[in-house]
Amino acid sequence: MIKKNTPKERRIILKHADDPKYSNKIGCYLKNDGYSMLKKAFKMKPEEIGEEVMKSGVRGRGGAGFPAGMKWKFLDRKSGKPIYLICNADESEPGTFKDRQIMHKDPHQLIEGMMIAAYAIQAKQAFIYIRAEFFKGAHILEEAIAEAKEKNFCGDNILGSSYSCDLVVHRGAGAYICGEETGLIESLEGKRPNPRIKPPYFPAVLGLYQCPTIVNNVETLCNVKHVLEIGGEEFSKIGKPNNTGTRIWCVSGQVKKPGYYEFECGALTLGEMIYDVCGGLLPGRTLKAVIPGGSSSKILRADERFSGKLKDGTDFDWGIEDIPLDFDGPASVGSMSGSGGIIIMDDTVDMVEAMANINAFYAHESCGQCTPCREGSLWMKKITKRMCEGDARDEDADLLLSVANQIEGRTICAFGEAAAWPTQSFIAKFRNEFEEKAKNGNNKPSLQLI
Amino acid sequence: MELSKETLTKIDEVIPRYPEKRSAALMVIHLIQDELGSISDETCSWIADKLEIKPINVKELITFYPMLRETPWAKKHIRVCRTLPCALRGSYGTCKILEEKLGVKEGHVRDDGEFSIEFMECLADCGEGPVVMVGEDTYENIEGKNAEKFADLLVQEKLDNSKDFTSYENGLVSKSPVSKPTKKK
Repeated sequence: MIKKNTPKERRIILKHADDPKYSNKIGCYLKNDGYSMLKKAFKMKPEEIGEEVMKSGVRGRGGAGFPAGMKWKFLDRKSGKPIYLICNADESEPGTFKDRQIMHKDPHQLIEGMMIAAYAIQAKQAFIYIRAEFFKGAHILEEAIAEAKEKNFCGDNILGSSYSCDLVVHRGAGAYICGEETGLIESLEGKRPNPRIKPPYFPAVLGLYQCPTIVNNVETLCNVKHVLEIGGEEFSKIGKPNNTGTRIWCVSGQVKKPGYYEFECGALTLGEMIYDVCGGLLPGRTLKAVIPGGSSSKILRADERFSGKLKDGTDFDWGIEDIPLDFDGPASVGSMSGSGGIIIMDDTVDMVEAMANINAFYAHESCGQCTPCREGSLWMKKITKRMCEGDARDEDADLLLSVANQIEGRTICAFGEAAAWPTQSFIAKFRNEFEEKAKNGNNKPSLQLI
Repeated sequence: MELSKETLTKIDEVIPRYPEKRSAALMVIHLIQDELGSISDETCSWIADKLEIKPINVKELITFYPMLRETPWAKKHIRVCRTLPCALRGSYGTCKILEEKLGVKEGHVRDDGEFSIEFMECLADCGEGPVVMVGEDTYENIEGKNAEKFADLLVQEKLDNSKDFTSYENGLVSKSPVSKPTKKK
């Protein structure tokens, strides 16, 4: 594929992250104008900050892509109960590794964004729920918070004002379900992270300790700082309408240069990402499939044509390489941009094995609260594993699909969908490979995925 | 159950951070597990007393969360990422090499208590897979010949001093002889 220009990154969140002279210490952050937006925020009324975030159109970077300003608006301010802010730093969607970069390399950016958000929603206390595998990340954040406290950027009477808000790092213990916001809240309350049913347990109304709570992703909270810096109106012009700001795309799998790349939303297509930014596929390989938004999102086949109408009414007719990388692009072809984790698979991949790998993940991570998910995810794992071990049957594709269909929509939280969508889409797109397994027995592929 | 003064101080420091004592459960468990390696029934009762909850409220956490343990891992615990992005870069092969070189099967502790290996679900470092953690340190691009060398150095206790494998969190990526580092401007 010949390209005129490799699309250029626009780093807002990761502006300093990979500068060898930049450190995660507060001195360095302050030298780079750090905490100036917090100072600006404290000269504003809290609701004015909310207005700016609303105007910016910034959407949640954790997976669902819900507008952050709207989420804040739902906050029940009349209850008289204390309000809590939680940063979701569980980063557990397979294929996603952006929040890791922020927390390890630029922790003060997150702290500043959080304290602005905490002031805006008038939170009584703020928490960072970080996955336990990030041992060093938790240490770095604790040290950064201590530094920020010393300079009065968080804790008591922030910047000499009457507003106080403590920031606490809370470590998980290796469970994917803690990335689901109500599961996270249960976990933070010291319980098993069984998600709560919505309604009535919308965190903005009945969250932590049944108090109004806002849960935002790491990248989303960092964006709050930049919304103040750039201004809500101007921020909304970055990227595309309804897809504002930049996104950190995490590319993994079989490309020459996997990694994290920050671009304005919609600045490039999936094809440009794979072939120009990531240096293309490994030598001699061809593209087979892409999972565009973390392992829960529906898989796309390399030779598919996608056509339909965009939200603004224009028609589109795309190949996989033409899909714009923003929120709406992957959504309009029946998948989603999710957490920004793009997993690339080439022609060496056995799709039944890849499916078995994903199913093993969901079976391991189901919290077990809802029967369809607990049992279904386990059966999908068992069936695909058996298929890979030379015992595939003619009816397996339909059997898998029937299990997946009985999970979707029948669970308390979206984990049910997350577990069902991969199976549904793998069968829809690669049914022939599932049927071949039964006909030809187990042809050992070159790569072992299960 | 004997706990060091240091751990006891940390526990007393962590509990008042939360509006409700029970919220400190995971943090207290982590502190104790870091010292003792696992959480026994006796420890569950001790934690429950401390947090004014029932022992079952602690036990149900130990049995749920993958990283909480009723029996300890070895002195050197190796975590290998199993999930799709790392698997696509060869993590199953990496795990096999480590099993052979360290002489212990995944999910088990070697008889002498020196090494244990665990196949983990996504460690959120997918761009540099296969990812291997040794204790709290993360090592990247551990695959093929690279994995063999890595395992040898691990056994010889020379890993920390090696220039070839640098832990991610120190701000550097591994200089892998097999896969090229993927840092870019």
